[in-house]
Amino acid sequence: MASNTNSTDVSKGATGTAGPLLHIRNLQLSATVYPDDAKPHTVTIVDDVSFTLARGQVLGLIGESGAGKSTIGLAAMAYGRGGVHISGGEVLLDGVDISGASRRELRKVRGRQVCYVSQSAAAGFNPAHRLIDQVVESTLLNRTATAKEARARAIALFDTLGLPNPQNIGNRYPHQVSGGQLQRVMTAMALCSEPDLIVFDEPTTALDVTTQIEVLAAIKRAIRKTGVAALYISHDLAVVAQVSDEIMVLKNGKTVEHEDTRSIIETPKETYTQDLVNVRSIEHQEKPPADTPLLKVDGITAIYPGTDVAVLSDVSIELSAGQTLAVVGESGSGKSTLARVITGLLPPAKGSLTFNGQALPPELKQRSREELRELQMIYQMADVAMNPRHTVSTIIGRPLTYYFNIRGRERKQRVAELLDAIEMGEGFADRYPAELSGGQKQRVCIARALAAKPSLIICDEVTSALDPLVADGILKLLLELQSRENVAYLFITHDLATVKAIADSIAVMHRGKRVRYGVKSDVLTPPFDDYTQLLLSSVPQMKAGWLDQAIVERGL
Amino acid sequence: MFSRIPISAIIGLTITSLFLLTAAFAPWLAPYGLAETVGGVWEPMSSQFWLGTDNLGRDLLSRMIYGARTTIFIALLATAISFLVGSILGLTAAVIGGWLDALLSRFVDLLMSIPTLIFALVVLSVLPANLLTLILVMGILDATRVYRLARAVAVDINVMEYVEAARLRGEGRVWIVFREILPNALTPLIAELGLRFIFQVLFLSALSFLGLGIQPPDADWGGMVKENKDGIIFGIPAALIPAAAISILAISVNLVADWILNRTTDLKGGRSGQ
Repeated sequence: MASNTNSTDVSKGATGTAGPLLHIRNLQLSATVYPDDAKPHTVTIVDDVSFTLARGQVLGLIGESGAGKSTIGLAAMAYGRGGVHISGGEVLLDGVDISGASRRELRKVRGRQVCYVSQSAAAGFNPAHRLIDQVVESTLLNRTATAKEARARAIALFDTLGLPNPQNIGNRYPHQVSGGQLQRVMTAMALCSEPDLIVFDEPTTALDVTTQIEVLAAIKRAIRKTGVAALYISHDLAVVAQVSDEIMVLKNGKTVEHEDTRSIIETPKETYTQDLVNVRSIEHQEKPPADTPLLKVDGITAIYPGTDVAVLSDVSIELSAGQTLAVVGESGSGKSTLARVITGLLPPAKGSLTFNGQALPPELKQRSREELRELQMIYQMADVAMNPRHTVSTIIGRPLTYYFNIRGRERKQRVAELLDAIEMGEGFADRYPAELSGGQKQRVCIARALAAKPSLIICDEVTSALDPLVADGILKLLLELQSRENVAYLFITHDLATVKAIADSIAVMHRGKRVRYGVKSDVLTPPFDDYTQLLLSSVPQMKAGWLDQAIVERGL
Repeated sequence: MFSRIPISAIIGLTITSLFLLTAAFAPWLAPYGLAETVGGVWEPMSSQFWLGTDNLGRDLLSRMIYGARTTIFIALLATAISFLVGSILGLTAAVIGGWLDALLSRFVDLLMSIPTLIFALVVLSVLPANLLTLILVMGILDATRVYRLARAVAVDINVMEYVEAARLRGEGRVWIVFREILPNALTPLIAELGLRFIFQVLFLSALSFLGLGIQPPDADWGGMVKENKDGIIFGIPAALIPAAAISILAISVNLVADWILNRTTDLKGGRSGQ
């Protein structure tokens, strides 16, 4: 067991029976699917999963998307999303099997014994009600406390969770607090009815690293203080390792490995777990910048039309042919706006762009077809970056026809070559984007960019929506294509691990300004400026106790 | 894709196709001529006149069959015009935006602010009464609704990243409207097509009932209700038969449209948990 259990200030001792709080035995979860071209049938989503969770313990559930981790988490409150139901096994909550319980019985369990914290707090709150009314709602519905007690409890929880001005923050509406604060308020909502178990479903995934560490610290403190048991679901092993006593690794609805946190991190037994632990093991030799840069961004200031706030102020960067410049920063730092300026979607208010030694017209309309061809873009969300009504061969083939006037058999041949280059093969040519996995979609987007034979590709958070192992594959592919085609990447990301893996130079952005810039080894070598220091120290590390150490260092 | 058609849609499809077939083969199906006086005034249903005769002693069944042809033909043409005009203008306005969008949208608002029926009555009583005018007026007035829908759908699609990707590639407006946006706007538009068709049938019937649609001796359902409405006082059901045909056609086309709409908006199965 990890060291952080059995804390002394557990406010709720073992009530109820002496057995484990949650005992899941041979759980099987199924859903009925209704495909267009076949009869309705049942698919098993989770099969033969068993574990026990003692009071005050935290179990981390980890796996890629589709591993069934959220489904298992919801099954702990006998809930199935989108037609999912418990088709086998038992869910014993405090010794009582709730898998076949009636609605009336479940109403007593949910919100009182088991509470849920979802990934998107913004979507979880009703924008029309004040925060505190929503926080105390289930407590009042269950009549476990009077309105006055519940409010006092909520305010105490706001304080525990480190929210500013705990007395009054509850009077605000959801849009009046930040994303990280809202996530903490949601945790308060779950804790308010003093449940025995909380299911955390990726509570920090949508947050910036610098905010994530604050929320993680708050959650950890609250768990310790209230002695609540928790299921902590995440795809990020480094995060799970900070809050869990034990970790269960899941893949395709089956248990891969279930051990205490330290064993999973330090001595993983299964190959799949080892892959998860060793993710981002890419070694990339940094190249020195060339004398004449391919792209020169000089003193750019950008303002969105109709506003008077400079989203970018005086940003200058240079990128050499065949190299990667990583632009790092949290959301709102202006890194995507920089991409819009370079692509010509947002003409800058001040400053100039030079591409291949020639001035690049600021507006998209003024650029020649050749200039457009040289500069391609790959998006974060591959599924909205491709027209859902176009086949893969249309998506990849269109730039061939548009830029090079390649048609017919030659185009088909070239599409097949590009599909080979992204390690997918000709067989995918007739598929629609909906018929591809997340990683395959991103690969097709890469092929579409490559089809234009560009000398610069702007990659806007291309791996942030992907599972770690898939993202790793995409990064390796990008590096390989770079060495083969000598294409330069402007790599926009908030993920420092990715940056370390692939960058030659780095620009750190904060509130529209370039706060640190240079070759990778310089940027990542101390002494750091304050912001870079904060950013670097906020990235969760794959070792037990990192968060505790960071909390102490920062006094969070 | 036709493996699981709900019973309501099967009923809708069957009845709609029966109506369409009747309309297509009217001259072969009708037992008597369109304007042929074959018996007495308002004869009851018999083996000779299945639905009886009308106010001038013409066979009601034959007039119903020819009426189906006129009604459905005109409604189809008017729907086609409203869709061509409405969707092309709507998509273009959404993509180009700016003053063009503002101008078109305000003009459409202007048209929509006048009650359609009154507007059509005024226009039709001024313009020469022929089939082409009728179809054009019906089509253009209804195009305003299609324009609104097409523009609303396209504005959403226009900001998707795949459209931005096409713009960055340098694609022209024709490609963006017809290859990127139209295929994605098509499903809501097709579902709307069924509803608009029904509104055209109702609109045409209303116009004919008021005497500004199809002119006698040609038959259409709305006009037939008008011709026979006086019989109701004497307990003669001849006016109710075309009225019933209008509502049955409306319901059956709606059943089909509902099914299409359901199929295409089916996001994730939509079944909630326990």
